[in-house]
Amino acid sequence: MFNYALRRVLQSIPIIFILSILLFALVRSAPGGPLSTAYRNPNVTKEQIEILKKQLGLDQPLPVQYVRWLGDMLRGEMGDSIKFRRPVSEMIAERIPNTLILVGVSFLVALIIALPVGIISARKPYSLFDYTATSLTFIGQSVPVYWLGLGLILIFYVAIQNPVTGKPLFPAGGMRTIGGENSFSDLAWHLVLPVVALSASWAAWYSRFLRSSLLDIQHEDYIRTARAKGASDRTVYYKHALRNAILPLITLIALDLPSLFAGALFIETIFSWPGMGRLFWDAARGRDYPVLLAVLMIDAVLIIICNILADLFYGVLDPRVKYD
Amino acid sequence: MTNHSLGYQILHRFMKHRLAVVAVAMLIVMVLLALGAGLTPYSPTEQDPAHPFQSPSTTHWFGTDELGRDIFTRILYGGRVSLMVGMVSTFIAILLGVLVGALAGYYGGRTDNVLMRFTDTFLTLPTIFVLIILSSFLREQPYPWLKNSVFVVIVIIATLSWMWTARLVRSLFITLREREFVTATRALGGSDGRIIIQHILPNCMGPILVSATLQMAFAIILESGLSYLGFGVQPPTPTWGTILSTAQTHVYRAPWMAVYPGLMIFITVMSINFIGDGLRDAFDPYVVHAEKK
Repeated sequence: MFNYALRRVLQSIPIIFILSILLFALVRSAPGGPLSTAYRNPNVTKEQIEILKKQLGLDQPLPVQYVRWLGDMLRGEMGDSIKFRRPVSEMIAERIPNTLILVGVSFLVALIIALPVGIISARKPYSLFDYTATSLTFIGQSVPVYWLGLGLILIFYVAIQNPVTGKPLFPAGGMRTIGGENSFSDLAWHLVLPVVALSASWAAWYSRFLRSSLLDIQHEDYIRTARAKGASDRTVYYKHALRNAILPLITLIALDLPSLFAGALFIETIFSWPGMGRLFWDAARGRDYPVLLAVLMIDAVLIIICNILADLFYGVLDPRVKYD
Repeated sequence: MTNHSLGYQILHRFMKHRLAVVAVAMLIVMVLLALGAGLTPYSPTEQDPAHPFQSPSTTHWFGTDELGRDIFTRILYGGRVSLMVGMVSTFIAILLGVLVGALAGYYGGRTDNVLMRFTDTFLTLPTIFVLIILSSFLREQPYPWLKNSVFVVIVIIATLSWMWTARLVRSLFITLREREFVTATRALGGSDGRIIIQHILPNCMGPILVSATLQMAFAIILESGLSYLGFGVQPPTPTWGTILSTAQTHVYRAPWMAVYPGLMIFITVMSINFIGDGLRDAFDPYVVHAEKK
């Protein structure tokens, strides 16, 4: 197991390396390069631009710049934001926890909904519950996350008021009440709408997927064997069927990780949630290259790490998987 | 069972999936609406400053936007672009995916290794972030054909979404290439190209079609999402995403502006998902339908 984990980590190094070249080239291919804002500024003279170029090492050939940038990245130095003139690492350190709270809570909510719904649907297929659940999953899968977010704001912020205070039922954006106390309940209150919007489609995907893999497994020989030896319905379901049905679900979740970050990007923009997605969106509009590159690299590495974790988790759940 | 062709059997099974049939009808309606966009008495871009923010009425079915343009008309024209982006980018992505997957799965060994590393690298890209960067950078390059944001969006969505099909087709090819009919064709002197295109590929059509529906739903949501964020198709060209994007700015004043474009995306994507479900059942002869029990 340890050897396998080590090998996976080593294998991912070339992928990260190739990714870093790709992303570096991508961001550097930008029109005007990192100094485009300086070029456009009429107050900046040619000489000043030359000095800036030297300072930022932009007069060096691209491969040299790349190696230098990679070295900086490895030491955790991501440069300074062009727009905010602050170290990018500092800005990202502020934002990462916010995104992880949003994505983590939504992911948990999705699982808490999807597991029982998928199981009950599969145990009683074509029942009223199953039909209702299946219809709802189709809706959840097809609703664009940004439209759902907007709709939730319209309903729970604009239309419905809290009958006691007369204020909107839920806040339309932000993470905390400005000037309010820094409490957990305040954060939870701000989390409700973004989490509902973000978890809806995942809950739909996961429950539908779990239902169909549970239904597939019902016809397997080992389920028949378990029933034949007199195992109770519960044992058959939770000990044999569910454990096997969870495996493909984990693969789905691991492969689908980029979509977690994509969903978070939309939700963070709509609800002004101060996370990585919002940071990226602002940086893309303001052409803040160091920020763009850093967010891209961190997301790519996070995705790779989660993939490895999913593979390891696979082995914990399925003793047939041998790591050697 | 009488001697019906395979195509007839598949169609027959598909028709049994009632929701999928309804979905096909819905999608046809969507396409017809988009094609008939010119039939409304309004222009999608001409402004009418005297009548902004009108709520839905008999003259303006979906109301008017901040510049007095008829939203219904804009949504129909937007449907043209959104549906086209969805279809064309799906076609390109499936083509790319089948090509990579078929080569990797059929030849195996080093070809497989190289192609799959390549695919895996693309899979670890944070798609939406790369899309945003690509779309905003490409538009500013000094080539006239990159000024067309619709074209740019089609290309970048396709280049970042072929990997799923490639993986699927590869796994199908790996099992199919060992089958007897392939060995027989090879013994008869059939070339690799012939085996791949004429013998193995037709056996993969079911899963490829199903993955095409998923891909198209994904592409439509992605296009609208990108345009919604301001990094997709650029105004004044209407797409469902750009209409929704302007609607967000005025969401408190004119909430109906946000309702309809999203509804169109939702209905279209749901229809495509249902069709995919129907196709999955139709191509899989082992599915037991509830009615038969």
